[in-house]
Amino acid sequence: MSAALQVDAAGRLRHFLDVEGLKRQQLVEIMDTAESFAGVADRSVKKVPLLRGMTVVNLFFEPSTRTRTTFELAAKRLSADVLNLNVSTSATTKGESLLDTLRNLEAMHADMFVVRHAASGAAHFVARHAAPHVGVINAGDGCHAHPTQAMLDMFTIRRVKGEFTPLTVAIVGDILHSRVARSQIHALNTLGVRSVRVIAPKTLLPPRVEQLGVEVHHDIAAGVRDADVIITLRLQRERMDGRLLPSKHEYFQRYGLTEAALASARADAIVMHPGPINRGVELDSGTADGPRSVILQQVTHGIAIRMAVISMVMASHTGAAAS
Amino acid sequence: MSRWRITGGRVIDPAAGVDRITDLYLADGLVVALDTAPDGFEAERELDVTGQVVCPGLVDLSACLREPGHEHKASIASEAAAAAASGVTTLCCPPDTDPVIDTPAVADLITHRAAGVGLVRVHPLGALTQGLGGERLSEMAALKAAGCAGVTNLLHPIRDTQLLRHALAYAATFDLTVFLHPDEPWLRASGCVHEGEVSARLGLTGIPAVAETIGVARDLALVAHTGVRAHFCRLSTAAAVRLVAAARAEGLPVTADVSAHQLHLTEIDVSDYDSLCHVLPPLRTQRDRDALRAAVADGTVDAICSDHQPHEAEAKLAPLAETEPGISALETLLPLALRLVDDGLLDLPTALARLTCGPAAVLGGTAGTLHPGRAADICIFAPDRPWQVDPARLRSRGRNTPFAGWEFAPRVTHTLLGGELVFRLDAPA
Repeated sequence: MSAALQVDAAGRLRHFLDVEGLKRQQLVEIMDTAESFAGVADRSVKKVPLLRGMTVVNLFFEPSTRTRTTFELAAKRLSADVLNLNVSTSATTKGESLLDTLRNLEAMHADMFVVRHAASGAAHFVARHAAPHVGVINAGDGCHAHPTQAMLDMFTIRRVKGEFTPLTVAIVGDILHSRVARSQIHALNTLGVRSVRVIAPKTLLPPRVEQLGVEVHHDIAAGVRDADVIITLRLQRERMDGRLLPSKHEYFQRYGLTEAALASARADAIVMHPGPINRGVELDSGTADGPRSVILQQVTHGIAIRMAVISMVMASHTGAAAS
Repeated sequence: MSRWRITGGRVIDPAAGVDRITDLYLADGLVVALDTAPDGFEAERELDVTGQVVCPGLVDLSACLREPGHEHKASIASEAAAAAASGVTTLCCPPDTDPVIDTPAVADLITHRAAGVGLVRVHPLGALTQGLGGERLSEMAALKAAGCAGVTNLLHPIRDTQLLRHALAYAATFDLTVFLHPDEPWLRASGCVHEGEVSARLGLTGIPAVAETIGVARDLALVAHTGVRAHFCRLSTAAAVRLVAAARAEGLPVTADVSAHQLHLTEIDVSDYDSLCHVLPPLRTQRDRDALRAAVADGTVDAICSDHQPHEAEAKLAPLAETEPGISALETLLPLALRLVDDGLLDLPTALARLTCGPAAVLGGTAGTLHPGRAADICIFAPDRPWQVDPARLRSRGRNTPFAGWEFAPRVTHTLLGGELVFRLDAPA
C-alpha cells in the first residue's frame, strides 16, 4: 500500500511509514545498519558525524517519553540538530491545521519529520504533502503502525534467537487498538517466521484479523504453547473502563503473563513488551524482571534502530552513504 | 418562452415506455407533443440532436448546495450551474445548512434564491427534528406548506426511539414522506470507514454493516407501526437491501435510493488513506456493491442519487478520520449510472428510469417524464463523446472527487428547464 510512497525507484527508503509493503531484504538492511550503530553508545564520544548540519524535527501530536527520547538521542548521535515540538499543547489547540504546521516547519528548513499522531494515516498524510527534500518517519499513527518499534523488536529477536524462520511468536493483548501489533505482524511474516499467533478476547481483536496472517487464540496457555517469543502489549487505561473488558483483574487472570501461563512455552522462550508496563495487568513483576525478559534490551536497541532508519532515509534524500 | 422542435434524437421516456428516434415539440415551457407536431405548430427554434439521447431532466434526491451558512464550500448559484451541466433539472437539498432547514423562513430563502438563479428546480428537505438535534419535533406542517418535499434527520441520530416513533407519526399526519438514513449511532460511533479487512489493516475505526441492518430493521418496524410513507436513503449494504425488498414484498409503502459512488467504489479504494473516498455511509465490500447493483437493476432501489457534497480543498487535507465526508458528485451522476449499462446490468431505459421517473415518484410531483403537458425539463446527452474527469474543470465549486482521471463516454450536451436552454456544452463563442 505505502510501498510507492516510502520507497524510491532504486528501492531506497524515502520515508519510513509502515513495515507493510517493504521486502525482507529491506528489513534486514535496517537491522544490519542498526548493528553497525550498536557500538556507538559504548564509545567515549557517542557520536558519528553522518548528519552534521541536518535538522530533525520531532513532531509529536501525542504525548510520549520513551519514543521521543530515543529518537532525539538517535538523531543527536548522528550529529543532527534536533527540534522537539509537542504540538498537542501548541498549534492545533489554536486551530492551526496539520498542513499549516508542516508548511511553517518546512520554512524553517527542516530536513526530516519524525511524526507521532493520534490519527491513523497521519504519517502518510505528512509524507504525501511534505516538500520533496523532507524525509518522514512514522513514530506511531493512531492504531495503524509503529514501524520503528516493530523493527527494534525484530532486532532484539534476531540478536537473541539468530534466525527467524524456525520461530513461533505469540502476541498477547489489545491487538485491536495496537499500532505496535500491526507492525510486528507484518514484520514477522515478512521475515518468514514459522507462525504468528495473537491471543486476546474477541473484544480486543480487529474484524477478520486472521487475514493479517495470524493464528487466533483466546486461551493464553494454548496460545503460548511451544512459543519461542511472547510479546505482551500495553493495555491502555481507557480500555479498562468496562466497555471492552469487565475489569483489569479479570484481564490479568485470563491474559496476564505469569510463570504459570508461560509453563507451556519453550524453555528458552523470551518475553517482550513495548512499554510502559502495567505491572499486574499485562504481566507480573516476576516475569517482567525475570530471566526470560528482554524488555530493557528492547529500549537500548531502540536507539540503534532509530539511528539506522534516520540515516537511511536521510541518505536517500542527500545521496550520501548510510553508514 | 419559445416553441422548440428537437429532431433526430433517440427519445427515451422510461415513465411512458418510449424509446425511439423521433421528434419532440415544446411550447410555453411544456412538452406539447411527441412524433408529430400539433396542428398549426410553428417552431421558432430547431435543435437537431441526431445520434444523441433525449430524456427527461434528471431528478437528484440529494445535492448539498451549502447555502445558507457554508458559502465557503459552495453556493446555490455555483451548484445550480453544476446541476444544469449535469442534466439535472430537479434536486432535493438536505437540511444540514446553517441555520438548519427547520423553519419555513430557511426553506423560503433557499427556494427564492434558487428561483432567482433559475437553472434547476430546488426542493428543500425539512428537518425532522429541531436543529436536527433529535430531541424535539420540527414544525413539519409549516415546512410542508413552505414547499419542503419531505422531512429527514439525515445521519443525525435520534437516540430516543419513542421520539422517532412520534416524529414518524406526526409526519404521517401531514402526509409527508420521511427520508430515513438507516443507522445505529452507538455502532457507528466515531467510525469513518467500513469495518472489515481494510479498517483492520489501516487501523481506522470502522462502521460495521450491522449498524445499517439494525437501523433499517428498526425503521421498517416503525414505518409499519405508524403508516408513514418512507424513503430509505443511501443504502450501502446487501443486508439492508434484502430487508427493504422483503418489506416491499409485504406491501409496505417504502422506496429506496443509493448514491452513484456506492455502485462503483468499495472499501479497497480507501486503502491508501484516500480522504476523497471518505463518505458516509462508508464504501463497503465488493459483495455489498454487487448487491446494490442488483437492487438497482431489479427495482428494489428506485433511484440513484449523486449525494453531492462539495467541499473546500482544506476539508479533505488532513488524516482521513479528521476530514469531512462526501464527494462533489453532480457531474459524475449520469456517467456513473450509465456505466451500469456498459457493465451489462441493465438496459439504458432502465438506468434512466432510476435517474428520472424513479426519484420523481419518491417526490410525488410531475417531474421525470416527457409526457405532453408536463414541464419541458429535458436532458440531452451524447452517448459516445469521451471525456476525462478533471477536478479543476468541474463546474461545482467542490473539487473533491475520487473519480479524477476516470474516462466516461456519455456527456450531457444540452439541458432545458421549463423549455429554456440552461446548459449547452458547445456554447457559441
